[in-house]
Amino acid sequence: GDMGGSASLIPQDLLSEYQELTFLSKQEILLAYKRFSELLPKEEREDAYSARVPKSQILTLPELRANPFQHRICHVFSTSETGDDSMSFEDFLDMLSVFSDSATSDVKSHYAFHIFDFNDDGILDRKDLEHLVNCLTGQGEECQLSITEMEQLIQNILEESDFDKDGTISLPEFQHVVSRSPDF
Amino acid sequence: DGSDDNEEGSAIENEENTKGTDKGRKRATPRTRRAHARGRDRHGDDENEDDEEGTRRAGHRRHRSRRRGRAAGNEASDSDMEPTKARKNQANQKSKEDDEEEEDEKGGKSGKGKNEKKGDKKSDKKGKKEKANKKKKDKKKSGSGSDSESEEEPITEEELAKLKEEVEEKKKLIATLRNKPWKMKKKLSVLKEAQLFVEKFEGALGKGKGKKFYAYKVMMTKKWMKFQRDFENFKTACIPWEMKIKEIESHFGSSVASYFIFLRWMYGINMILFGLTFGLVMVPEALMGKPYGSLPRKTVPRAEEATAMNFATLWDFSGFAQYSVLFYGYYNNQRTIGWLKFRMPLSYFLVGVGSIGYSFMIVTRTMAKNANDDGGGDDTSFNFSWKMFTSWDYLIGNPETADNKFASITTSFKEAIVEEQESRKEENIHLTRFLRVLANFLALCTLAGSGYLIFFVVRRSQQFALEGLENYGWWERNEVNTVMSLLGMFCPTLFDVISSLENYHPRIALRWQLGRIFALFLGNLYTFIIALMDEINLKARYFLSFTLEEEKIVKYNMTIWEASLYNGTIPENSTAPPIQVDPADVPRGPCWETMVGQEFVRLTVSDMMTTYITILIGDFLRAVFVRFFNYCWCWDLEYGFPSYSEFDISGNVLGLIFNQGMIWMGSFYAPCLPAINVFRLHTSMYLQCWAVMCCNVPQERVFKASRSNNFYMAMLLFILFLSTLPAVYTIVSIPPSFDCGPFSGKTRMFEVISETLEHDFPSWFGKVFGYASNPGLILPFILLMVLSLYYLNATSKSYKEANLELKKKLQSVRIKN
Repeated sequence: GDMGGSASLIPQDLLSEYQELTFLSKQEILLAYKRFSELLPKEEREDAYSARVPKSQILTLPELRANPFQHRICHVFSTSETGDDSMSFEDFLDMLSVFSDSATSDVKSHYAFHIFDFNDDGILDRKDLEHLVNCLTGQGEECQLSITEMEQLIQNILEESDFDKDGTISLPEFQHVVSRSPDF
Repeated sequence: DGSDDNEEGSAIENEENTKGTDKGRKRATPRTRRAHARGRDRHGDDENEDDEEGTRRAGHRRHRSRRRGRAAGNEASDSDMEPTKARKNQANQKSKEDDEEEEDEKGGKSGKGKNEKKGDKKSDKKGKKEKANKKKKDKKKSGSGSDSESEEEPITEEELAKLKEEVEEKKKLIATLRNKPWKMKKKLSVLKEAQLFVEKFEGALGKGKGKKFYAYKVMMTKKWMKFQRDFENFKTACIPWEMKIKEIESHFGSSVASYFIFLRWMYGINMILFGLTFGLVMVPEALMGKPYGSLPRKTVPRAEEATAMNFATLWDFSGFAQYSVLFYGYYNNQRTIGWLKFRMPLSYFLVGVGSIGYSFMIVTRTMAKNANDDGGGDDTSFNFSWKMFTSWDYLIGNPETADNKFASITTSFKEAIVEEQESRKEENIHLTRFLRVLANFLALCTLAGSGYLIFFVVRRSQQFALEGLENYGWWERNEVNTVMSLLGMFCPTLFDVISSLENYHPRIALRWQLGRIFALFLGNLYTFIIALMDEINLKARYFLSFTLEEEKIVKYNMTIWEASLYNGTIPENSTAPPIQVDPADVPRGPCWETMVGQEFVRLTVSDMMTTYITILIGDFLRAVFVRFFNYCWCWDLEYGFPSYSEFDISGNVLGLIFNQGMIWMGSFYAPCLPAINVFRLHTSMYLQCWAVMCCNVPQERVFKASRSNNFYMAMLLFILFLSTLPAVYTIVSIPPSFDCGPFSGKTRMFEVISETLEHDFPSWFGKVFGYASNPGLILPFILLMVLSLYYLNATSKSYKEANLELKKKLQSVRIKN
């Protein structure tokens, strides 16, 4: 019943275009639309297609709640001009498409690189890697690695992945490393 | 045309010189340059139209008009209108762009195909779209205005081909658009552009001969693509239990969910097997075969009739259940049945062989797919990077699981750092070695002990059967199944305890554990089979040594008994009309196939019961106990001793695999087995999903499932292979029972094939088949297959080596830079 309602709010030709352009199936797109409009306050739900959802609302989604990279994900996928990391429906679809099972490794690694690039400078330098490790080890004090351990870890990572030895990891190097991984 | 090429080539070069583009980038091969030159010629010319006024341009135009017979000027004939206009439009748009983009188009940026070049160009035109569109309209108007005077010109083959190429490229672009890491807006605009272009020119391309056919072909392709897309959507909607599994994934991570995905996949396979056996074996016999009670083999013997409907008998799969389509013995050996002339024995045989074949095919296909996804396999050169970049499980949506995941990541980092830093501890290596040898010895003892126990128990059950099962209670009747299930439950825990002696790295310890459990289940299954086979062989040897005489004796006994009904002479020939005797009273020959089938069915059912009871007691009651007794207990039950149970992935997966092995083994003798298994898997899914969400906690060591996938598939394949051996052996070497089943009366089961060839196919077919099954042909064929295997192996090795070489080269080049 609800599906029928939301389907009428996305024009049919747009729906088929979204299917062309993302890795999602029709049901998934409609479900995404439903979830997206639930994030909006009631008055704006009619116009969900062109509305923007503020970051705080997006972070209430269960999939993002426990994710240590939640802020970066919102930032990378948001096309907001004001820099408040709000997301429109198309951004939301982009995000779901990249995280879906059928997305290619190229697309995923491209976005992963940008998610890990905390200072948005286009490369992963030491600061980015440190920030990354701290995200992965959780928020508690006892969980964090000591300074020496951190140094050692980053050193090892750079040895493995930094092919041109410039102390940073660029996008091609990153893609080369993760494309070999079966877990990515 | 050659002269044309040269002119174009030189023209291009001049253009390039004029534009001051980087020559270094144009090092394409001459041939491609020529081809590109041809294509670019048009673009180039169009570009020049706006930029330069010069004799060269006029020369080009004249050149073009010579080729196309157009008047000087840029008006095209009606038929060429649209292509030219498009090119002009493209030209206009391009002319507004920077040099870089023109260079892109001219040169060949390495690593970018033509598609991406065009795509990038188009994407950069976003801001200039309005201007370009306006220009388009203007050109259109001007074009149409002055077109009215020109005549129809035929499009040359070359142009047609070029246009087709462009349209194909656009189509390819549309298809790969979702792979590009652009924002949705960009993708939408590019898509619209490309779609417009394709729509416009597909019509135009159809001009000339075969226009109608081309348009028809285009329409069919579009319809086909739409159908494919709808079918994909439909298929995704059909996948059962998707939401359940996603929920489990978010709570427990991908490893636990992988068990359920595996379960679902097995369910699919069993559905197909069920469809085959049900539709082609059970239903035809039920509908078209002789009904119950018409033949001796289809009727419950008089002696058992009293208890035939009891629940206990039915649960044991004897009584009415035994004399029904569920088991081998019911089927009649009539060559054709019913008005459809359905070949029942042939169908039975083919379904049996076909199920095995289908299972092999699908398991191998899944393994190959998994191997593909795996990439290069075990690559230890990126340990730390992978830990860093790929260890987070994005499917986790539950804070508790997330905390566990954080802790495990931290631990793994610390472990890896420590391992990297320290050299291997040399101390106490003798003690470690001794402990490991001891542990292996203990494991071997356990395996041998369990094997012997099963053998002993099966023998005992045969004794019981000989003396009549009614004299014994429940335990004796179900001894074999219970013992096997209990062994399967307790031995893995024992192995776990033993492995704590070994002090291995957790991943290696897990592998040892899995290997031992595998050996245990395998050993159990095979001892069971051997014990059964022993019994069958006894009977078979009994038959083989007394075979014809035995048959004759039993048959003679039957005739005598019949004759006694006549109260008179023994009819030597059967010309006398057969007396109507109740089939329930006819003495029966033994039927070992049904017996085997029954054993397998009983095993499956008891296995199912054991699993459910274990879940209910081991997980659910334990959880209830911990939850409610925690208030009045001395120590904290939730963190202390019992606590909530974790979901045992490897145990469950192995159980599933072995269960499937049993089904494969037994389904030839009991066509009902796939049906029972479908029911079992269906209820298992719901029960285990509920139990996992309700009673289990996320594991402490959350690990990813991907590496184990192919391991489980390999085990499944191995089990499949082993399961088919007994069935194949019986088909080929043991004579079927003479009094029951679809192959009764034949000396070997596979004779049904030759019988079919004789009767149902024309005679030359039989001859051909006879030649084909001649060893003189088969042996060279086998030789050929072995040779091709060897060849493929050699080529794959050489590819792997080439891969490694390239990798090394890559690394050294990078290091150099």
